[in-house]
Amino acid sequence: MSREDYEVVIGLEIHAELATKTKIFCSCPTKFGGSPNTQTCPICMAMPGTLPVLNEKVVEYAVKAGLATNCTISKDSKNDRKNYFYPDLPKAYQISQYDKPLCEHGYVEIDTEHGKKKIRLLRIHIEEDAGKLNHDEFAGDSLVDLNRAGVPLIEMVSEPDISSAEEAEAYMRKIKSILEYIEVSDCKMQEGSLRADVNVSVKKKGDTKLGTRTEMKNMNSFKSIERAIKYEVDRQIDVIEDGGKVEQETLRWDDVSGKTFPMRDKEDAQDYRYFPDPDLVAIRLSDEYVENIRKSLPELPESRKERYLKDYKLSEKDARLITSSKYLSDLFEKAIEVCNNPKAVNNWIISDISRILNETEMDPIEIPFDGNQLGKLIILIDKGTISTSIAKKVLEELFENPRDPEEIIKEKGWIQISDEGAIKEIVQKVLSENPKSVADYKAGKDKALGYLVGQAMKQTKGKANPQMLNQMFKEELK
Amino acid sequence: MEITELTVHELQDKLKSKEISITDITKAYIERIEQKENDVQAFVTVLKDEALEQAKDIQEKVETGKIKGEFAGIPIGIKDNMCTKGIKTTCSSRMLENFISPYDATVVEKIKNENIIDLGKLNMDEFAMGGSTEYSYFKKTKNPWNLNKVPGGSSGGSAAAVAANMVPWALGSDTGGSIRQPSSFCGVVGLKPTYGLVSRYGLVAFASSLDQIGPITKDVQDAAMLLNIIAGHDERDSTSANREKVDYTKALTGNVKGLKIGVPKEFFGEGINEEVKASLQKAIEKYKELGAQVEEFSLDIAKYALATYYIIACAEASSNLGRFDGIRYGYRTPEYKDLKDLYRKSRSEGFGPEVKRRIILGTYVLSSGYYDAYYKKAQKVRTLVMNEFNKGFEKYDVILTPTSPTVAFDLGSKTNAPLEMYLADICTVSVNIAGLPGISIPSGVDSEGMPIGMQLIGNRFCEETILNAAYTYQQATKFRENHKPEFKK
Amino acid sequence: MKVSREEILHIANLADLYLEENEIDTYLTHLQEILNFANIVNNAPVDDLNVTIGANENKNVFRKDEVKIFEDNASLLQNAPSKEQNMFKIPKVIN
Repeated sequence: MSREDYEVVIGLEIHAELATKTKIFCSCPTKFGGSPNTQTCPICMAMPGTLPVLNEKVVEYAVKAGLATNCTISKDSKNDRKNYFYPDLPKAYQISQYDKPLCEHGYVEIDTEHGKKKIRLLRIHIEEDAGKLNHDEFAGDSLVDLNRAGVPLIEMVSEPDISSAEEAEAYMRKIKSILEYIEVSDCKMQEGSLRADVNVSVKKKGDTKLGTRTEMKNMNSFKSIERAIKYEVDRQIDVIEDGGKVEQETLRWDDVSGKTFPMRDKEDAQDYRYFPDPDLVAIRLSDEYVENIRKSLPELPESRKERYLKDYKLSEKDARLITSSKYLSDLFEKAIEVCNNPKAVNNWIISDISRILNETEMDPIEIPFDGNQLGKLIILIDKGTISTSIAKKVLEELFENPRDPEEIIKEKGWIQISDEGAIKEIVQKVLSENPKSVADYKAGKDKALGYLVGQAMKQTKGKANPQMLNQMFKEELK
Repeated sequence: MEITELTVHELQDKLKSKEISITDITKAYIERIEQKENDVQAFVTVLKDEALEQAKDIQEKVETGKIKGEFAGIPIGIKDNMCTKGIKTTCSSRMLENFISPYDATVVEKIKNENIIDLGKLNMDEFAMGGSTEYSYFKKTKNPWNLNKVPGGSSGGSAAAVAANMVPWALGSDTGGSIRQPSSFCGVVGLKPTYGLVSRYGLVAFASSLDQIGPITKDVQDAAMLLNIIAGHDERDSTSANREKVDYTKALTGNVKGLKIGVPKEFFGEGINEEVKASLQKAIEKYKELGAQVEEFSLDIAKYALATYYIIACAEASSNLGRFDGIRYGYRTPEYKDLKDLYRKSRSEGFGPEVKRRIILGTYVLSSGYYDAYYKKAQKVRTLVMNEFNKGFEKYDVILTPTSPTVAFDLGSKTNAPLEMYLADICTVSVNIAGLPGISIPSGVDSEGMPIGMQLIGNRFCEETILNAAYTYQQATKFRENHKPEFKK
Repeated sequence: MKVSREEILHIANLADLYLEENEIDTYLTHLQEILNFANIVNNAPVDDLNVTIGANENKNVFRKDEVKIFEDNASLLQNAPSKEQNMFKIPKVIN
């Protein structure tokens, strides 16, 4: 049988670090990249006798995420202990939620080649992150840093509604943009604040029974998620085609070799012995509490997209790209405020800015300039102060070392020459230097004009006003 | 009268009248500890020099008016499972033999704020698991009334030290009777407060939903005073109750006229020693004389409660003791081939047999396949126990039972029979299961002169009621005046 | 319920404890004894009762999201059996 005879079934468990100031159960800061064990206290180091107290913002942010993904918010919720030994888990249990998560039964919509598709969320629960193990290659030891231990996480568990690598990526991007819009997580994937465990299985088309699934842990880039799923799907199909059986196992995706490898099995079948944490008390959320959070939710990507289609007549494709990231979308709106030229702003974002982001593998959150500066740049073009070709250089400068575009062009002396006399001089100079082109033009070869204009541009390093040049040449050649 | 024979409120009077000084008190207690520690073995750590230093300093501050406070300069002993910054906190375990806490428990802060002087850390069953203090890794504490008998446990060091006048009062902790039972064995007063009244922050957890810190004292007035100091809301403990502060000494009126006392007949059935029953019967008659209305009723939960207690306590303990893995603190085995080996050797060598036994039981009842049959069932029985007590307190203000089925037993007589040791908790555990306050006071002595304890149980946050009931009985019977420990060898 | 030798060894593994050969039988007997006793919870009239998690009516006990730095950082590592570069040192873990 061939690939086409198989259906792919994918589920994602997305972990997002919440953007709270302090950890989930103690008052230590959550900042990324502090020197080892400097953001710790007796509580997150699990010193004997210490007790957890839940950070109110963690509940608020999780409820926000739930409402933004159409979940039902549980009135009654609690924290449970998940017991296992690992050096990055100082209490030897993770405080998580087992049978009463804060949010349940939601969904988000993604765009696929066959149009919109609903991906259901089974649940969203709160839990604490673990510490980090650093490996001392020379001495062959491991070193435990607990700065990250106790950083708040939400785990968003999808139903197995995803049926391709592309859909998985679209779903992950959608979740990322939603969390960015409601500002509960900075979603910096390279820092691991957004990561996913990916469950993949395949089954023959029409089979009602799901195939055996494998799980790939801690994926933190869109590229690797897509590649890993494609690889794993092929691998599983090959196994089945060769008459083998897919093993249920946890895999590690290796970006370099582009392969998955089984993770070393824990010697015992895991038994986490979940039970309610007696150090914490019940969570009871009133309708009023939930409603207040609902009211506080900002505009979400879908509705922004609709607005752009309607108000600015953007194409579906452009609107989707711009609203896919809160930061792009904010840049777009701010720039329009300033220059009042939606069409131009749209073009700059989807063409040049997106190009640079791709080339430099930059996340929109990292764009160094703001909508105000982009807007001013566009005004300068509209006023004819600079040509489009200069503007592109200014944009690059904005990425390099952002400041007021006006300053940039003054500094660099990029202001467009629009002075009659100056233009005239150049034109005459070019004419005298290119008698042949002049002759050609007079002989009716209009192309020659373009060449002459080009020459003039060259001599002015692109600063001459192109319309005026055209004018002037035509007159001089009459 | 010897300084060390005085109660704290008597010491306060003598300080006020300048008969004695703060340094006199600490000196007297240090001397007493040096005389008696060999026989009693109550301390894991004695803070001799620190205490004398502190006493000098506090006396000076008091004389120059820098500090006031009715407890300034009064010494205390602290059970070694409460964290003390800069001083070893061992839980009487090899695992924490050299552990120095980076912070003070909330109760320790409160003690320090009163300028009370810590004489040292007191011996206990390892991680508070046991009823005889024989499971201490360091030493076996002896019962001051008869050195061949156990002081009870797990707060055996605290109860013995108070009984032997080696400290004027002490802090203990009680998960299933660990304050009340040793108090009963040692003829002193022990109060286990309502769950949530005293902060657990800094108490090394045994069973989080059952643990409470409480006073062990020479008499009921002292218990009320120490409770005044340690009770109160703590934002570092999510289970701590946020209630208005009460002065418990004001409740001690010495009057129980019309007080309704319920006596659950199931707590006087088989397994309860005859002399204990007899002594409690006399106590009941005494209460009637004093004008209380005493009535027998049925509270048939003791056996369920005991089973439930061991399921819940061990389940929580198996998880609470996971953090002792030899990585951040505590015992680490000298030789290991990999991480798993480090974990397992360190834990197997660092924990004693009773702790391991309870970790195994707790892990078992939480493991898949047994969770519903044991842990979940136990949680339901917990509801049953609470309901039954609620019914009781609709009719009665106080429920009266023995504290322990027997008086102090011989050293070594139960260490090889865990279940037998567990059965000795039958009268006390249900109080922890329901989160109620319970106090143990001496009701009398048996034919060998060993103290017998009476337990008075109150409704949640009704400490005042049981304190006054206990006080009234104490004033009417004068146990301390008539009976003194003899350090029999 | 009857506990097997295999079971108690599995449980010991979950709890990260070694049981010496000569200890296993003792632990097994004690565990069995205690479980036999604990079984009476299954005779308790509790079918229509809810579970109780703690002896405590507190709900929604939350903390404000305000940073408090623990000043005495050194004291957090002073008990470490082995440390390096302010981290806890352990045998190599491959994951």
